[in-house]
Amino acid sequence: MTLEEKVIAIVCDSLHTDASAVKAESSFVNDLGADSLDQAELMMNIEEAFKPYMNGDIPEDQATKFDTVGSVIEFLRSNGVPENVD
Amino acid sequence: MRRVVITGLGVISPVGNDIDTFWKNIVAGVNGIGTIQKFDVSAFPVKIAGETKNFDATQYMDPKTARHSALFCQYAVAAAKQAVDDCGIDFKTLDDEARFRCGCTVSSGVGGIDITETEVSKMIEKQTTRVSPFCIPAMISNMAAGTIAIEHGLRGPNYGVVSACASGLHSIGQAFHAIKYDEADVMLAGGSEAPVCPVSVAGFAALHALSTRNDDPEHASRPFDKDRNGFVMGEGGAVVVLEEYEHAVARGAKIYCEVAGFGETCDGYHMTAPMPGGVAGARAMTLAIKEAGVTVDDVDYINAHGTSTPMNDKTETALIKAALGEEAARKVSISSTKSMTGHLLGGAGAVETVVCALAIRDGVVPPTINYTTPDPECDLDYTPNTARKRPVRVALNNALGFGGHNACIAFKAL
Repeated sequence: MTLEEKVIAIVCDSLHTDASAVKAESSFVNDLGADSLDQAELMMNIEEAFKPYMNGDIPEDQATKFDTVGSVIEFLRSNGVPENVD
Repeated sequence: MRRVVITGLGVISPVGNDIDTFWKNIVAGVNGIGTIQKFDVSAFPVKIAGETKNFDATQYMDPKTARHSALFCQYAVAAAKQAVDDCGIDFKTLDDEARFRCGCTVSSGVGGIDITETEVSKMIEKQTTRVSPFCIPAMISNMAAGTIAIEHGLRGPNYGVVSACASGLHSIGQAFHAIKYDEADVMLAGGSEAPVCPVSVAGFAALHALSTRNDDPEHASRPFDKDRNGFVMGEGGAVVVLEEYEHAVARGAKIYCEVAGFGETCDGYHMTAPMPGGVAGARAMTLAIKEAGVTVDDVDYINAHGTSTPMNDKTETALIKAALGEEAARKVSISSTKSMTGHLLGGAGAVETVVCALAIRDGVVPPTINYTTPDPECDLDYTPNTARKRPVRVALNNALGFGGHNACIAFKAL
């Protein structure tokens, strides 16, 4: 599975959204209807899933700045997560 | 004076997840208790409970809300939905002002204790300080009332009373007074509990409050029987719709009965043991009878707290005699439906309010099952094993909680 596919799968599961509605440019709040609790939970699930690949946790102040699915993917890429993941 | 009536009922219980099934089973004396299925009980001293069967929260709420809600909250939301459907009010179509007159008081004794258990375990196992952002909102016991308000758009008085095993009845009592004293026109009221998790079973077992009749779960809950040896935990909940009488009549609502009196006192005596003789519990009953404007001779049915612990049942027998007087106490039909459902703790008073409403509607007193051996200290008519046809003009519902909390509601046929 690619990094992007995995992030989208976690987003779908966390936010109860259909995969066809989730794109890299989708905004968590405006497009996917997430509230602050949803976003906090989503970040925990992302961190849990990518922990084995990353150098450390996602810092708290960073976790609140993600606005789109793509912004999460970019962050993971730049923090050592490879393109192909389990 | 404003009068208050019940116009909707909903229940999730070990003997049925809808009112019709529940009531058919309660009248027939069907047992809802068995070996615990939720987790491996092999190492536990207590291995039995009254668990719900085939409960699916997504029948009553959207999957996302369900996933973020603790089980006790799911039970309450489910019971509330049934009660709302039954009463026929679509709250979401009411205007803003009307919605400020519709409230919700729904209790839980231990709330999301299962959530706390899971998150604490996670912190220890994973050596982490990160827990789910839903840990607190899911765990707090007022969230049942909060979630029901979100589901139905209720903006009036909203909270859950916490008084252990009297919680559900206290919430219904407070809702009754909120309508009577003109703070609201409609209240969804009740209680729910989901206590079947390791820490809670271990905790109640440590108190020696639970029956250890593990090899014979069907006969473990035997209120007022001489061989009773503790209560059996139950799970589920109930919500009833309370409505101001004229409000109900004006819309042609079906009315089950009137909520006529509410009494509440405290033993001020011991953390868990009831006060011997039950003077304070008797006072709660007397207050409910007085507010209802009836006499002890009008009382045809008492749904007893009747937990099946040695202490509760003999104390409750004494307090019923103290409240009604020996003569009236011998004429009244008493039963403990916990013999079938187990003890739903904060949900008990609510489930048993449903029983009282239906007993009045149908003129049927449900039985106390598993009653085989009389106890000289429990010598009243507990409606042993078989339901009894009897017009019920006034029904009393007792609830007594750890902490010494006593509550009693008087329900009246219209």
